[in-house]
Amino acid sequence: MTQTLTAHAIELRNVNIYYGSKLAVQDVNLTIPRQRITAFIGPSGCGKSTVLRSINRMNDLIPGASIEGKVLFGGKDLYEGNVDPVEVRRRIGMVFQKPNPFPKSIYDNVAYGPRLLGNRNKRTLDEIVEESLKQAYLWDEVKNDLKKSGLALSGGQQQRLCIARTIAIAPEVILMDEPASALDPIATQAIEELMKELVKRYTIVIVTHNMQQAQRVSDFTAFYSIRKREEIEGKEQRWGVLVEYAPTDRLFSNPAHEETERYIRGEFG
Amino acid sequence: MSTTPTTVSTVEPVSRLPVDEAFKRHLRSRHLRGAVWKRFFFLANVVALLALVALFLNVVDRAFGLVATEYTVPPESIIEEYGFQVDSAALQALESNETAEIDTSSTILLENLTSEQLVTILQGELGGRFRVIIRDNLSAIIDATFTSVPLSEAFPGLSLPEGREDVTINDLTPEEQAQLVIDNLPHSRLVDITIEQVLQPRIVGSWSLGESIFNREAVIEQATVNHPNAEVTFRNWVSLDFITSSISSTPTTAGLRTALFGTLWVVLIAIAVALPLGVGAALYLEEYATGNNWLERLIQTNIRNLAGVPSIIYGLLGLFVFVRALGFFTSGQFIGINDVNGRTVISASFTLALLILPVIIINAQEAIRAVPPSIREASYGMGATKWQTIWRQVLPVAFPGILTGVILSMSRAIGETAPLVVIGASTFIGIDPNGPFSKFTVIPIQIYQWTGRPEAEFARLAAAAILVLLTLLISLNATAIFLRQYYRRKLQL
Repeated sequence: MTQTLTAHAIELRNVNIYYGSKLAVQDVNLTIPRQRITAFIGPSGCGKSTVLRSINRMNDLIPGASIEGKVLFGGKDLYEGNVDPVEVRRRIGMVFQKPNPFPKSIYDNVAYGPRLLGNRNKRTLDEIVEESLKQAYLWDEVKNDLKKSGLALSGGQQQRLCIARTIAIAPEVILMDEPASALDPIATQAIEELMKELVKRYTIVIVTHNMQQAQRVSDFTAFYSIRKREEIEGKEQRWGVLVEYAPTDRLFSNPAHEETERYIRGEFG
Repeated sequence: MSTTPTTVSTVEPVSRLPVDEAFKRHLRSRHLRGAVWKRFFFLANVVALLALVALFLNVVDRAFGLVATEYTVPPESIIEEYGFQVDSAALQALESNETAEIDTSSTILLENLTSEQLVTILQGELGGRFRVIIRDNLSAIIDATFTSVPLSEAFPGLSLPEGREDVTINDLTPEEQAQLVIDNLPHSRLVDITIEQVLQPRIVGSWSLGESIFNREAVIEQATVNHPNAEVTFRNWVSLDFITSSISSTPTTAGLRTALFGTLWVVLIAIAVALPLGVGAALYLEEYATGNNWLERLIQTNIRNLAGVPSIIYGLLGLFVFVRALGFFTSGQFIGINDVNGRTVISASFTLALLILPVIIINAQEAIRAVPPSIREASYGMGATKWQTIWRQVLPVAFPGILTGVILSMSRAIGETAPLVVIGASTFIGIDPNGPFSKFTVIPIQIYQWTGRPEAEFARLAAAAILVLLTLLISLNATAIFLRQYYRRKLQL
C-alpha cells in the first residue's frame, strides 16, 4: 500500500455492503479528503456506521458480512486478496461509540498498539505514551497516575484515552463512530476541540447523530438515508443509500436534495 | 351506542380491573404468596446448612474421643526387669496425676532412663530386629542390601565407630551397634521407639467425641470393667503423626502420608493436563469455530453430556487406554523404569484429566463468552491479530472465570474414588509416590479401605482422613479463589 499523492485519502466506488443475503448499503460513491473532517449523518439504520466500518475492514469481524465495489486507500483497493486487514486497521484507526479502554493501566492502554507492533523498548514506549496522551489533551490529568486502571477514568477521559491509544500507532486516518454520543456536553466539547487539533495531522471520518456537531466540526458532510421496498409476504426490506455529499457549509445552507433539506429541518430521523 | 366519551372512560376500567376493596384484597393475597415463597427459599437454605453441619459433626464425632490403651509390656515391669531406678520425683508426678494420660505415663517413666539404658532394653527385647531399627531410623539404604554394604555407604555423614567405616552392620559387635544408635539418635526418638517396639500399646476400645464428653463416667467405668489393665486417655485421631506416618495394619501407628502424597500427585498432574487442554478447546470453540459444520456442532452439544457421564466409565476408559494400551508409557518402561504395569500416578492423572475436562471447557467457554465484545473490537481496531487479541485481551479477562472451572473440577478430582479403583490404585501401599510413574493410593480409597475393616479404630482413622481430605480440598480451593480475586481486582471489572 504505497501512498500516492492524491488529495483524497479514501475513495469508495460503487460500494454495496451485505449482511448475509440482506443488502445493507447500496451503491456508495465517496471521496474522503486528506486532513479534513468528514461527517456521516443520517437517520438510524441508514448504514452510515456500516460504511465507516467498511473503511478499516471492521465489518470482516461480523459473520456473514460481505462487500462489493472498491474501497481505495491511497489508490489501492483495501479488499484485494493480498491485503491483510490487520495492516489496514493499523493504518486506519478507530474510536468507538462507547468508550472501551482495556481493563489495564492507562500506560498499558496507550502502549498496547506499539507493543502489538513488537516495540519492547521501555524508553520508546514512555515517549510514545507521553506524546499520545499530550496529543489527546489527557496528559496533564493523568501524568501522575499512569498505573491507574483506564476504567477508573471518567467517560470523557476514557474516550480521550481511546483516542490517545489510537494515535499511539500513528495511523493515517482515524474513524470515529459517534465518539461523543455517550458523553455529557462538556466532555463532548472537549472531544470536538480535540478533533479540530487532530485534523492538522490526521484524516478524520466521524459518524454522528448530532447535526449541530457535524456543522461545528466537519469540513464535508455525507447524508445517508433509507430506501424501502415491500416484499411479497408483507415484509419490508430497508437499506441505506448515500443521498448527498458536499462541503458542510453548502450541505446545511443549500442542500441539493429535498430529502436532505427535510432531514436537516428535523422532519424525520 | 349513545354513551358519551366520559362514561366510557370511567365505567370501562372499573368493570375490567379490580379497584378499592377488591384491589386491596387481591393485593394482600399477592403479598402473601410472595411471603410464603420467601419462607420456602429460606427453609431450603436452612435444610442445606443443617445437612452440612450434621455431616461435619458426624465426622468430628468419630475423629476425636476417649480410647482405652493396653500395653503388651507395661512400662513399670520392663524397668523393673532390667533393674533400672526411676527418679522418685517422676513417680510422684505420675501418682499425683490421677487420670494420667497413657502416653504421658509411659513417656515420664521412659524419659527418666538414659539413652544407654533405652538401647539396652531395645537390644534385649528385640534381638536381631535391632538392626531393623537402625536401618529404619538411620540408614540411607532402606532395602535388603543394607546388611551387605559398608557402613560409610549405609550411614553417610553419621558418626561411626572408630576405624569401622568399611565393614557391614553385621560385622559390628552389639556394643558397637548400641554406640552407633546412642551417638546418632536423639533421646526423645529412642523413647518413642521403645514405646512402639517394646511396650507395644494396643487400643482395646475407643469412643466417639459425643460419648467422651457427655458420658465420660460411663465410658471410663466400662473401660475399667472390660480392660482392667488399660488406661483411658483422650485421643485426637487427626494428629500430626497420623498425617506424617505411612500406612500400617495397626490403627495406632497407621497414617495417611502415602495417600496424601498420592492425592496431591494425581490431582495436580490432572489439573496440569486438563487446564491447557480445556482452555485450548474452549478457545477454539469460542474464537475459531464458526459453528457451521456438523463436527463442531457435535462437539459443542456433547461436551455437556460428557460432563454427566458416570465417573466409573472414565475409569474403564482409563483402564483400557492408559493402563493397558499405553502401558509401555504409563508404567515408565520407556524411560527405563522397571515396572510391570501401568497402574501408576500418570494413568490416574490422565483418567481424572479426561473426567474434569468437560467441566473446565464449559466454564472456560462461559468465561470467554462473557468477555465484552467492545474489548475485542478495540483490540482488532488497534491492528491486533486474532491471536494477539486472544492472548492479550480475551484470556486475561476470562482468567478468573476459567479459575472457577478449575475450582469445581479440583473438588471433583479430589473426591473421585470409583475410576481410580477401576484403573487399579493400590489399597495398601507403604511407599510414597515419588513421581508420575509410581504406584499410588489416594485419600478417598484409603478412607474406603479403612471403613471396610472390622476394627472400630479404623473407622476413626477414616473420619480423621475425611477431615484431612476436607482440609486439603478447602486449602487448594482457597488458593484458586485467592488467585481469582487477585486477577479480578487487577482487572477492576
